[in-house]
Amino acid sequence: MNDPLILYASLITLFLPVAGFALVTFSLGRIKKVFIGEISLMAVSLLSSVYILIDKLFLHPGVTSVFEFSWISFATGTGNQPINVKLGISVDSVTAILMFAVMLISFLVHLFSVEYMHGDKRFNRYFGYLGLFTFSMLGIVLTHNLLMMYIFWELVGLSSYLLIGFWFEKDSAADAAKKAFLVNRIGDIGMFLGILILFITYGTFTFSEIFAGIGSGKLPFDSEGWLTAAGILVFLGAVGKSAQFPLHVWLPDAMEGPTPVSALIHAATMVAAGVYLVIRIFVMLTADAMVFIAVIGALTAFISATIALTQNDIKKVLAYSTISQLGYMVMSLGVGAYAFAFFHLITHAFFKAGLFLGSGSVIHAMHHEQDIRNMGGLRKKMPVTYFSFLAYTLAICGIPLTSGFLSKDGILAGTYSFGLLTGHWLIPILGFSVVLLTAFYMFRLLFKTFHGKPADLHKYEHAHESPFLMAMPLVVLAVLSVFFWYGLNPASPDSAWFVSKWIDVPAKVVPESSNFSFMNTTATGGESLYNAEYTEAQHHAHFPTMIMSLLFDIIAIGLALLFYIYFKLNSRKLAAALPAVYNFSLRKWYFDEFYNGVIVKGTLLFSSVLYAFDKYIIDGIVNFSAYLTKLISRVSSAFDIIFVDGLVNFTAYINGFAGKHLRRIQTGKVQTYLVLVLFALLTLIILFKP
Amino acid sequence: MENNLLLTILLLTPIIGSILVLFLKEEQKNVIRVTGLFISVIALIVSLFILGDFDSSRSDFQFIHKILWVKSLDISYHVGIDGISLLLLLLTTFLTPLTLISTWKSITKNVKLFTFFMLMLEAGMIGVFISLDLFLFYVLWEAMLIPMYFIIGVWGGEQRIYASVKFFIFTMAGSLLMLIAIIWLAMSPPTFTTDLIKLYGVGPFVKGDIQMWMFLAFFISFAIKVPLFPLHTWLPDAHVQAPTAGSVILAGVLLKMGTFGLIRFCLPLFPQSAVIAAPYISVLAVIGIIYGALVAMVQKDVKKLVAYSSVSHLGFVVLGIFAFTQEALQGAIIQMINHGISTGALFLLVGMIYDRTHSREISFYGGIAKTLPVFSTALLLASLSSVGLPGLNGFIGEFLILTGSFKSLVLNNWWYTIFAATGVIFAAVYLLWMYQRVAFGKVTNDKLLAIPDLNSRELFILLPLLVFAVWIGIYPGSFLELTDVNSASILGHVKEFTFNFLQ
Repeated sequence: MNDPLILYASLITLFLPVAGFALVTFSLGRIKKVFIGEISLMAVSLLSSVYILIDKLFLHPGVTSVFEFSWISFATGTGNQPINVKLGISVDSVTAILMFAVMLISFLVHLFSVEYMHGDKRFNRYFGYLGLFTFSMLGIVLTHNLLMMYIFWELVGLSSYLLIGFWFEKDSAADAAKKAFLVNRIGDIGMFLGILILFITYGTFTFSEIFAGIGSGKLPFDSEGWLTAAGILVFLGAVGKSAQFPLHVWLPDAMEGPTPVSALIHAATMVAAGVYLVIRIFVMLTADAMVFIAVIGALTAFISATIALTQNDIKKVLAYSTISQLGYMVMSLGVGAYAFAFFHLITHAFFKAGLFLGSGSVIHAMHHEQDIRNMGGLRKKMPVTYFSFLAYTLAICGIPLTSGFLSKDGILAGTYSFGLLTGHWLIPILGFSVVLLTAFYMFRLLFKTFHGKPADLHKYEHAHESPFLMAMPLVVLAVLSVFFWYGLNPASPDSAWFVSKWIDVPAKVVPESSNFSFMNTTATGGESLYNAEYTEAQHHAHFPTMIMSLLFDIIAIGLALLFYIYFKLNSRKLAAALPAVYNFSLRKWYFDEFYNGVIVKGTLLFSSVLYAFDKYIIDGIVNFSAYLTKLISRVSSAFDIIFVDGLVNFTAYINGFAGKHLRRIQTGKVQTYLVLVLFALLTLIILFKP
Repeated sequence: MENNLLLTILLLTPIIGSILVLFLKEEQKNVIRVTGLFISVIALIVSLFILGDFDSSRSDFQFIHKILWVKSLDISYHVGIDGISLLLLLLTTFLTPLTLISTWKSITKNVKLFTFFMLMLEAGMIGVFISLDLFLFYVLWEAMLIPMYFIIGVWGGEQRIYASVKFFIFTMAGSLLMLIAIIWLAMSPPTFTTDLIKLYGVGPFVKGDIQMWMFLAFFISFAIKVPLFPLHTWLPDAHVQAPTAGSVILAGVLLKMGTFGLIRFCLPLFPQSAVIAAPYISVLAVIGIIYGALVAMVQKDVKKLVAYSSVSHLGFVVLGIFAFTQEALQGAIIQMINHGISTGALFLLVGMIYDRTHSREISFYGGIAKTLPVFSTALLLASLSSVGLPGLNGFIGEFLILTGSFKSLVLNNWWYTIFAATGVIFAAVYLLWMYQRVAFGKVTNDKLLAIPDLNSRELFILLPLLVFAVWIGIYPGSFLELTDVNSASILGHVKEFTFNFLQ
């Protein structure tokens, strides 16, 4: 059913933010308070997204609205399949929820930024960029096809570039902006090739049509391996955007952007786009592709969690934590815990946006101090920030009664049952160890920032609670980190509404032979994704999972207490005792060193060699042929002068010589002539003597 | 058939105009400038009339005007256009007035001669795109070199003589091969003719090796113009030494003559050879894409960087042409226009800042996003359009070419597409790195503090280009539909003779 109101509401939600961008851009700095206009447009857009949310969750649940139009079409004359590229949007419950989350966080970040960015010389432009970003992000959420996904995918990349590099006078910010764009582009090319494979096979970019094509048994190049490859290639886009190993290196650097931007883009929304992409293509992922995705996710979660342990920049810790949580979501999709991945995407968006805004509040209060070694004791100065930060921290650690508990537990149960069914135990092992690490680094952060004694008394004295516009978003997000928005039973992830009501897990369309047996729909009569085997495994998994993760949380928080509150253990001594381990974590597993030293330097060196080749060899050949031509010309010229012209001159010379000497006999004296005639006569007589 | 005079009028406008300019006094520089602009605007208006009358559903040539020239050899003045030449014609008449305005402050010596040459150049370019007779085509193709030779050689940089001579001789050498092939082809049975439309029915029947030689002769001549790796080294020199207007026209239109020639002559005249050679040519094109991008990365001179980026971008066009799919061919055509717009804009921007600082060194700059916000925004947009950011023009061309080459049955190998796609990454590397070094960071060079931002004249030049960059990016349909039927009919013609290859 296509309700035109949903179309209008979607278009309003989508285009008002970009109208805000246009408003700011075309005011050309002449209107001082133009940002108010931009924020008003965002508010209307938010309301419109609320309408869609209510419609899709409560009024018409389970209905997908689709609107499309033809963008490029050729009247083909070569007998190939006709080319008709359609763009369009599709709105279902997943879309509606994510749209609302994006709009809400975006709006809160706008409010927060009014205070945080106060006094910046490019204040209005900042809001314009936020509008552009929100538009691009909503485009990703709304699209019903891969091409439009790719287009908006790149546009969020652009807005991210502009916002990371917002303070471009700083070289580090300019570097980070470029790095983010380029690293993302590497993933994007993979995604693009994946999209091409699908387009060429099915002649369409539209998700539903591609899936229908796969479901009908048509495969790329008639091979299941190519279907796996297409899935993995498209997933590479998510590896870039969602900062998965090995392309995760851009996200920590992206913290050079203003902190509210980090909250909106590099924590809550844009980086989740990769996860959203995998959600959208989930039904076409083969078993091999899923294992690949799960392993990448698990590795990412683990690697970044170990790095977060030793970072001292408050935003860097949160950045690695974001990567780790994104790894969780990706891993979750890989093991088939579809609904929980999306659930975690949303709960994480709220509490991680909160953590970043909270850190922004701290940084603002500490006059742009970001090093947690110089903080401490701030809970007395900033109670609102502290308590909300505490709420987010509990949520990210998955402590009961928080939103994070519900979503995270579902993911862990998913990995556990996946291990049970497939024997891929590495994934749950990494998954559970991340629980331990997460709880430790988060409480380390909390304790070092808000507890203990102030490390920098001067800054501490000047610190103050943030003003209303900054505090209010913190409170809203903290409230959203409590369980009751997501389900009535705080101890049962399975009965959370995301899982039980809102999200329908779609049936896989891949051929049965390349799917996990427990995910084949025929086993359950096509009703849902999982057969009894999987459901049962998950059911069994929940209890041990809960116990284990709680136990890990308690151990980790206990350790954090001993290290940073009671000082029974000394982190410096530990670091000194294990320098290699410590440095490995502190230096982020040396990824940047490797990439800079090998790939960047290598490419530059290779390019320089190529340039030298161009200059000396290719152009050398050109110049040499010119030289050769000139040389031949000179030789010819010499030949011309010496031989050809020489012959001419020689002839002339001979003639001249002859003339010069013969002329002597022409004296004009009659006597001489007579003598000569006589002489000649005598000669003739002698010669012809009879 | 009824003769249509519009194209002849379009061709004659700049020629007559350029002669008129000669009657003006050198001292009245502004009068000359305005006259030159006026004439090029008339040409633009005439070309818009042609667009208005153009019927994009016809697969044959339109606006035909034919006058017999040499009866015994069947040589005639024969002009006409299809959608492909129409687009390039519009690009020419659109870029020329903009470049003329851009020279108002930078060219102060010999304004009269400069305007004369620019208008002659425009006439030459128009002529090349509308010729339907090989003899006429060849004459105009060569004639066009002369004004460009002078534009580089007189108003160019320090090494202008070297660059202009290199440009002239390099392209001339290729053209001679083409001349031989033209005569050879014209002499092929049944009768001597240089009429292109008639030859479309002759070329495909030239047998095997001979056809291949003819194809290669044409191809090399066009490949030099494109320029295709490894025949590209005249380009960086010519670009760097040419004045801004020269670079814009050179990149914007002249390079397109090479790719246009491939589409108009090489493919339909020698279809079998073109299909046989396609994989080899595509390898060169892909090498050019990556090579041009990598070499662009390490340039210290902005103009050289943009010049090498042209090698990379034109590689995409050649790949698109020799993929023999409609997506790829349409993509190649739109990419030709895109390159004219984005690279034209980049050269104009470089010229504008050069007028202020007299430096093209990247290291000279830094931090100008703060001091010259309007310039920097325009530079970012132009760079992103060149990078192929979706929503801007470059993406459409690359997307169609990569799609088409991926499904190409002639190439039948996806490595072409994969390697070509890496060129998209490198494009982002060299352009964003350049942008960072020019626009971001702190202003370290005091000379940059005093220079003014873009004035309204300069904005007026750039805005149309940026508008088209966005237009093509968001709604390419209005451009693609002009060439839709023609690209299909060219491929249909090729397929007719190479059935085995294009099953």
